Amino acid sequence: MQYLPFVVVAWILSVGLYGIVTARHLVQQIMCLIVVQSSTYVLLLGVGYVTGAVAPYYSDIPVHTSAVDPVVQALALTDVVVEAAVTALLLAFAIQAHKRFGTLDPHELVELRG
Amino acid sequence: MTPALRRGMFFAGLAGFVAFYLWGLAGLPGFGRYPGPYGFIINRIAVGQTNATGVVSAVNFEYRGFDTVGEEFILFAAAAGVATVLRHLRGEQEGGRDEASPEASVHATSDAIKLSSLLFVGPAVLMGWFLASHAQTSPAGGFQGGVLLATAFALIYLSGEFVTFRRLSPGTAVDAAGAVGAAGFAAIGLTAVILGFPYLYNFLPLGTKPGAVSSSGTIALISFFVGIEVGAAFILIIAELVEQKLLVSGRGAR
Repeated sequence: MQYLPFVVVAWILSVGLYGIVTARHLVQQIMCLIVVQSSTYVLLLGVGYVTGAVAPYYSDIPVHTSAVDPVVQALALTDVVVEAAVTALLLAFAIQAHKRFGTLDPHELVELRG
Repeated sequence: MTPALRRGMFFAGLAGFVAFYLWGLAGLPGFGRYPGPYGFIINRIAVGQTNATGVVSAVNFEYRGFDTVGEEFILFAAAAGVATVLRHLRGEQEGGRDEASPEASVHATSDAIKLSSLLFVGPAVLMGWFLASHAQTSPAGGFQGGVLLATAFALIYLSGEFVTFRRLSPGTAVDAAGAVGAAGFAAIGLTAVILGFPYLYNFLPLGTKPGAVSSSGTIALISFFVGIEVGAAFILIIAELVEQKLLVSGRGAR
């Protein structure tokens, strides 16, 4: 039970990777990549969790209250920003691929490239 | 490579991954048993050092401020990249086919969608500014607020006000806002250097009361500039993708 969040991480990662491998549409593949990246949020927040601790915001709690690790939460924020940047660029490339080759099926794109 | 072979290779790789992952898990301290000490130390000293009660924001804009500069420029570069990739194609396509102008072929939206999206524009802008200016006190910050600000523009598009959307979006105003946001962050860091402190040193007065909006010095200011930059970057990305929408849907994505 104490490793359940980390098992969830592996599960989300595997599902996303399976989607990337089997998808027949570039936009679906990009969405699966988002799923893969989502696993890192669970991992980061899971690593920093402290049993019984609160969120690291001291606006209305005493300063010495035990709180979870704020560093991994900041890293998760970085993670989200990078994901948004990567997704935007990939979608732009998908549009470009569709215009140039008339298809968004990755299997057909491979044939067209050769 | 056939799909079956591809799938077979994937499961073979996955089996290896799972084996190594379980092996790695066995060495972890377990969920809820964070070993520290870094997070504990930051939690103990951050409020006293920065007067910011939102420790995550303090980490982002103070302790890891230099990383966040890079993070912000990743987004800046991505927005520029999207614009570059799609701009190149637009020129190509104008020379090639004769495509109807985006304004002319926008589908009519239902009144319900129009009304509800216009109703949410004001609250989205308000909430965006609120988040961007309250990084020091709450789970808010420039990144969250900036995205919400960009959402307001997406709502304008959703309401079918495409002409308004184009007048507000790209253009020089959004580009300038993005540049101001990105440069503002870097300039705060350089100001610290000019004053004789390390780069991104919190040189502003920290305020007297932890958690007040005016407290925490450069943390609040940086968050504000990040909000402007992120909002502009996302408006640019959304606008670039929206302009392509009709081409893709018009020709029928297979």
